[in-house]
Amino acid sequence: MTLAGKTALVTGASRGIGKEIALELARNGANIVVNYAGNTQLAEQVADEIRSIGRESIAIQADVANSEAVEQMVKETVNMFGTLDILVNNAGITRDQLLMRMKESDWDDVLNTNLKSVFLTTKAVSRQMMKQRKGRIINISSIVGVSGNAGQANYVAAKAGIIGLTKTAAKELAPRNITVNAVAPGFITTDMTDKLPEDVKQELYKQIPLARLGEPKDIAYVVAFLASEKSSYITGQTIHVNGGMYM
Amino acid sequence: MSNVLERVTKIIVDRLGVDESKVTPEATFKEDLGADSLDVVELVMELEDEFGLQFSDEDSEKIVTVGDAVSYIESKL
Ligand SMILES: NC(=O)c1ccc[n+]([C@@H]2O[C@H](COP(=O)([O-])OP(=O)(O)OC[C@H]3O[C@@H](n4cnc5c(N)ncnc54)[C@H](OP(=O)(O)O)[C@@H]3O)[C@@H](O)[C@H]2O)c1
Repeated sequence: MTLAGKTALVTGASRGIGKEIALELARNGANIVVNYAGNTQLAEQVADEIRSIGRESIAIQADVANSEAVEQMVKETVNMFGTLDILVNNAGITRDQLLMRMKESDWDDVLNTNLKSVFLTTKAVSRQMMKQRKGRIINISSIVGVSGNAGQANYVAAKAGIIGLTKTAAKELAPRNITVNAVAPGFITTDMTDKLPEDVKQELYKQIPLARLGEPKDIAYVVAFLASEKSSYITGQTIHVNGGMYM
Repeated sequence: MSNVLERVTKIIVDRLGVDESKVTPEATFKEDLGADSLDVVELVMELEDEFGLQFSDEDSEKIVTVGDAVSYIESKL
């Protein structure tokens, strides 16, 4: 098992892509901190499922946009597991609206939850990872962060920002053997995309060479690879997982 | 007083692999002791652990020489 004995913190792991990432890292041997915002019951279920396959796991509620909550969560993780080897920044929200109609609060909420959070968690974990002289940080961006998307100015700006932040953190932390990469999913079946009307989905299929939506596991496999020793020469990259929708 | 200097010196010698004789109060971390920015951040982290202190980001930016670190720590103890 490639991640045996490692500790991974996955933000937004109560459902969707984050849940699948948490489970996949656990299947590969890692102990998991399941972070979430409000869905305690779902998060505890994920932690239970991880324990049932023989790994250690705790669910920690923390708003990733709040620096104190993030620092507290990282402290708790290190106290509990002794190490912190893998950080996956997956938590994210949407507040879609055309630019002309977008409220300032929609902009702020999405930028804080989706982008500022990555800065806060990276800062908080890098102390521990620098000490360990080893670490893996994996940030979940999005296809729209490179292609743009009408109705998602806030979300796209945050997801594009993640790519720039990933490259900079990769350069700053490389001397300490910490790699930082981004994964940019295309359209993946989760609560986020279930909201799309059926006709929009049909239109989408036409733009996807592989003619289907992706599944959370399509993302989780790539994250597990980036979290492993096998990816040690990859840093600052954005890996696209989108069925060929954007090349 | 000298105790702080001794403990700081030991950490610097361990972390930067420099000769103890080079670690004088006037020595600058970057020019004289060959530390890069990350080394300085790490040294501050180790000093925090050693002395049970928190250096604020603004304060740690002002620490240029070994003496700066020692007097900062002494002022906080
Ligand atoms: N689905 C897609 O097609 C797609 C495509 C590209 C990129 N992505 C990205 O992939 C990531 C996961 O998406 P998803 O579709 O799996 O989302 P999802 O099903 O809506 O789940 C969102 C997760 O984030 C957590 N979360 C939200 N705000 C948080 C906060 N402030 N602090 C901590 N946790 C918070 C939620 O916790 P609670 O359950 O407690 O609310 C939940 O676990 C996001 O970054 C998203 O932008 C998704």
